[in-house]
Amino acid sequence: MKPAARLAPTPQPGELEVPRGEFAAAVATRMAGARFAGLFGSAQGDGPVLLRAAVSRDGVLEVISCSVPPAGQARPASYPALTPAVPSASWYEREVADMFDLYPVGPLRVDPLVLPRSPQFPPPRPGSGPRHAESPRAPDESALPAHVSGEGVFTLPYGPVRSGIFESVQYLVETPGEDIPHVRARVYHKHRGIEVRFEGMAPADGALLAERVEGVASVAHALAFCQALEAKASGKEVPRGALLVRVLHAELERVANHLDSVLRHTEAAGQAVANARLAWHKERLLRLRAALCGHRFGRGVVVLGGVAGPPALSPHLAARELAGIEADVRADTRLLMATSSFIDRLRGTGVITAEVAAERGALGPVARASGSDEDLRTYRPYAAYGLVQVPEHRYRDGGDALSRQLVRLEELSGSFRLCLLVLEELAEGPVEGPWAGDVAPGEGISWGWAEAPQGELLYMVEVEGGRLRRVKPRSASFHNLSLFPEAFGGDIFTDFAFIEASFGLSIAGAAG
Amino acid sequence: MPWATRGLRNGVLTTHYPRSPDGYGGPWRGSVAVRAAPGGTGLPAELCPTGAISSGPSGAAELDRGKCILCGRCVAGRPDLFAFASSPEVASLSRGGLVVPPTEETEAAVAAARAELAQRAARLRRSVHVRHVDAGSDGSEEWEVAALLGPVYDVHRLGVFFTASPRHADLLLVTGAGSTGMAGPLRSTYEAMPDPRLVLAVGTDAVSGGMMSANYATRGGIGEVVPVDVWVPGSPPSPFSILYGILLAVGLLVERGPS
Repeated sequence: MKPAARLAPTPQPGELEVPRGEFAAAVATRMAGARFAGLFGSAQGDGPVLLRAAVSRDGVLEVISCSVPPAGQARPASYPALTPAVPSASWYEREVADMFDLYPVGPLRVDPLVLPRSPQFPPPRPGSGPRHAESPRAPDESALPAHVSGEGVFTLPYGPVRSGIFESVQYLVETPGEDIPHVRARVYHKHRGIEVRFEGMAPADGALLAERVEGVASVAHALAFCQALEAKASGKEVPRGALLVRVLHAELERVANHLDSVLRHTEAAGQAVANARLAWHKERLLRLRAALCGHRFGRGVVVLGGVAGPPALSPHLAARELAGIEADVRADTRLLMATSSFIDRLRGTGVITAEVAAERGALGPVARASGSDEDLRTYRPYAAYGLVQVPEHRYRDGGDALSRQLVRLEELSGSFRLCLLVLEELAEGPVEGPWAGDVAPGEGISWGWAEAPQGELLYMVEVEGGRLRRVKPRSASFHNLSLFPEAFGGDIFTDFAFIEASFGLSIAGAAG
Repeated sequence: MPWATRGLRNGVLTTHYPRSPDGYGGPWRGSVAVRAAPGGTGLPAELCPTGAISSGPSGAAELDRGKCILCGRCVAGRPDLFAFASSPEVASLSRGGLVVPPTEETEAAVAAARAELAQRAARLRRSVHVRHVDAGSDGSEEWEVAALLGPVYDVHRLGVFFTASPRHADLLLVTGAGSTGMAGPLRSTYEAMPDPRLVLAVGTDAVSGGMMSANYATRGGIGEVVPVDVWVPGSPPSPFSILYGILLAVGLLVERGPS
């Protein structure tokens, strides 16, 4: 049975503005039974910075905002810190401090995260409009802060150039030799200033840039960005066929990302045959995506108001190819999960307890392996997820790498089924367009979201005079990377690769 | 034991490229070609989000593949001037060689670069060790580079190996637009490599910055940090494009002129 059709544009969250002094208290009171979903700053020219805290309760977003006046003489711009009452705000407050020179007043130290701070360089202050090119800043490579003390404990910088084909990130591992009592991630090596790049762009160009914020989740990013604009746009609604094509590509993207995560596990475990076979399946899937839209990562599919066009491959042919890949993936992963030398490496590795996951507001497969059942596709349906039956997933509560792997495998088969379902609908439906409605973006702020393979993806988009004034993507990779250190309880160096693979994050999405 | 038979189940999956062309392609975007159109009136420069389109000395349309992100707007907007080409062989030994249609000067520059590189890379022809560094990519390039080690592309058959240490590396494969945070580590990696050393800029971001213009955190491509020998455009380039670039670098293939 299909749920009722939901073609309505993305419902926008209510916004409550409070005085700066009451900001922390206002957020804290709304956190009961809710999850902290991000802190979004927006500079108003050279004037104040508007801070917006997003809180998600039972799938409904609420926004609490306050205005922070610019720094005066000998008085830095500041606001009451959220972190003491809301631990999951910690990384966001560090990011806001880096980007806006805006400091939370509280008992905790605010270390740099996405940018090295220096009094010589002005902060980028996204939202402050056109500006001259600022001088580039280089981080101090020799600075290695230490948090753990004890006999023989030293800090090992792992990265940013890593052994293998990885994205650049630096893990500061504090260790006496084998155990890892403390690890921290530093992402600023990859910081590309992408938020500032959005400013002043035409909305259609913004969609192309959104696809490149987190390249492995291009479809989810374009979708969340376009849905934010469509929420306020005037014009025709997104055609039904386009909603289905959006879901098709979003689900193919999920399959590709989850396959990549399993692939990385097999690589770390030295399962050569499984690794080769899964690499083959992943390649077939990327080729199928290219056959459907001309691009191996689905770029250019989602456009403002709909999709670029119908699938280039007939739904029947695509379904046949997809069913073939699914059968092979199912057979190989079943054998993999019966291989004791493989699952022994995952069981009990990198545990995120349900308490930690709830307190820190974990997202995506990481959360669903630690007792949460939140999935935006059913919590806050978008695109055609309200039109087709999203397979129910059984969430897990083990919290270890094995649980995360099991969650991913289950989602993998769910996504395969969803793709086949959508292809069936597309085969029945009209091949003729229209594939995109004519939309003119409205002025002001709007929000969009999507369940990316990594978890909840949020976009805050502000339009002024038909151009993008401020765009802030909040990737699940950023949020979940802040939980990464929590996973090291009694784990040793050889577990590192498994914990990293089981999180399945993209550093590009985290670094901005 | 079950894995041994599973591994044999589907026979050899590896492509024959470059010995014979691979059939895979078709609807897939390899590059944008400029059609020879009489009188380039009303050049649609504003169609391009990265400014890859300009008018050449004669007034005809020119397209810089090093800036092109293959979004296809020019192909949709002016099909009389632009078309998708599916060939993955788009890399060049000279930055100017990525501008189509080619001119005599760019062809001369490519020939000069080839002669210089042939001398430098002569010893690497039978086996080359590659060190990959991400200098601010969007993450998709890493998937395509990693695919080269899978069973479909299997670059080991061509004597190409990936190594963890820059001390063992002959070829530096760089992805990403050149974030300022990675400039130092990238430079150190390059300096740790023994001579002769080659540098491959992989992806439109690495070639020119692509959608990332130079700002406080990014440079316009990695050419500003390390000297580049082979330019591989694409957003991201397919594994075939990257493989073509590697073979071009070590002189196992000769650059085919842009079509």
